[in-house]
Amino acid sequence: MKRIGDGAATRIGLIALAVIMTTLFLVIPLAGIFYQALAEGMAPFWQNLTSTFTREAIGLTLLIALLTVPINLVFGIFLAWLVTRFTFPGRRLLQTLIDIPFAVSPVVAGLLYLLLYGRTGWLGSILSEQDVQLMFAWPGMVLVTVFVTCPFVARELIPLMQAQGSAEEEAGVTLGAGGWTLFRRITLPNIRWALVYGVILTNARAIGEFGAVSVVSGSIRGETINLPLQVELLYQDYNTVGAFTSAALLAALAVVTLMIKAMLEWHTHRREKTA
Amino acid sequence: MSARAARVLPGFSLSLGVTLLFVSLILLLPMTSLIGQLSTLSWSQYWAAITDPRLIASYRVTIGAALAASLFNALFGLLMAWVLARYTFPGKRLLDALMDLPFALPTAVAGITLATLYSRNGAVGSLLAPLGIEVAYTWLGIALAMAFTSVPFVVRTVQPVLEDLPGQADEAALTLGASNLYAFRRVILPHIWPAVVTGTGLSFARSLGEFGAVIFIAGNMPYRTEVVSLMMATRLEEYDYAGAAAIASLVMLVSLLLLLAINLWQGRFYRHLHGGRH
Repeated sequence: MKRIGDGAATRIGLIALAVIMTTLFLVIPLAGIFYQALAEGMAPFWQNLTSTFTREAIGLTLLIALLTVPINLVFGIFLAWLVTRFTFPGRRLLQTLIDIPFAVSPVVAGLLYLLLYGRTGWLGSILSEQDVQLMFAWPGMVLVTVFVTCPFVARELIPLMQAQGSAEEEAGVTLGAGGWTLFRRITLPNIRWALVYGVILTNARAIGEFGAVSVVSGSIRGETINLPLQVELLYQDYNTVGAFTSAALLAALAVVTLMIKAMLEWHTHRREKTA
Repeated sequence: MSARAARVLPGFSLSLGVTLLFVSLILLLPMTSLIGQLSTLSWSQYWAAITDPRLIASYRVTIGAALAASLFNALFGLLMAWVLARYTFPGKRLLDALMDLPFALPTAVAGITLATLYSRNGAVGSLLAPLGIEVAYTWLGIALAMAFTSVPFVVRTVQPVLEDLPGQADEAALTLGASNLYAFRRVILPHIWPAVVTGTGLSFARSLGEFGAVIFIAGNMPYRTEVVSLMMATRLEEYDYAGAAAIASLVMLVSLLLLLAINLWQGRFYRHLHGGRH
């Protein structure tokens, strides 16, 4: 079949242009990260990677991700179940509300929490009487990360669950299945790849979030500096190799994320074809 | 969805309860604090806070750079979506996977990398300097960082639409003797331009709020290369919480209006495509 743009010259020209632009715009920066990290050889790279400062930053980064991902996973499933399986007044409003973290600047996210839980905030002043401090401490960083990443799982699940409909689950109910059995035996197998994808996106953002956590972190060494904040700190100290060492670690995680995503897409694509 | 289904399936009150609790604690409660902080300002103080000349300069810088970045992404995204949807070639899957890099890469990492590459003695900047093009610490650098972080929007909204487009339409146009460019303009473009507009709008919204990638390459010179997000962060560092809240209220209003416009636009477009079955 003859299609637009299938002429050899057009096709080769456009593919070449796409490859060149992607190389200039995306591949060179990605390669640049690893190049800068290794610019002075393996020894300083290794030294930076294994320093206490980096170890503490990795620890905090993992802690934030470990707390954020399960919270938003559970919330995402409940939200998706609610808005795709039931109709009720305010359903659209709820979906719009969930998009807010997507739309606003991460600095605004940090600011909202700082105003609430900071010493001058109404909740913060109550908590500080109880000697509980959330801002400029790791719990605050977890809170803003939960805020920033809360739409990801739900946004992957909602279109899929809407498209699949509820016929299978209704059949399950007719056959006497309870809520948990229904979810475990029918819903979960249907949505598992979208769920994995949502988790990967949440995790990537939780690990890499910068703007929101920088507002509530207070940059206390050994306590509230995660990897992205460490990258900033070292870069501003003119420790380029140090900054790019941590950046390379984050970039490697990003590449792994992309690989898992590509594998998942390939998997679902193949399933669609055989189905 | 039938009303009967709503009664058949279990878990309505549980999922409603969990969702409302989460939304109230994580989203709504922090927003009340913004309103609380704003109520400490009089109208004239509020007006003064959002019309500070240095801030107005940052509005101009942010909007201008975001426009340039999203227009670039409209063209780049259209090219990539077209190539990925229409052709098969070796390395296509790699190219496809690379399109998501800007979302997977932390913004601070993108920021220091672009700033290093495009500085006057960086790998790319040193090639551009003899041509008189300076990217780092200029408006162009801000636009570059914004464009980088919002690459996937246009690609990922246009690509599925192109993939779903039946081939017969093109074939008919070509058989009737239309040139490639003419057929693209008259047959393909009417189908994909709503998706192009949606993707460009999302890219613009994201660019307006971009912080991590921008601050490293911007140089952050008052009146020249400061973005609005940075102005908020600066106010917070000065403990001027009311001033920061005033700017944040404006930023949130603009973002929400943009989001609403994009959703309405998308809704209209889908209804149009699916004949009201959306």
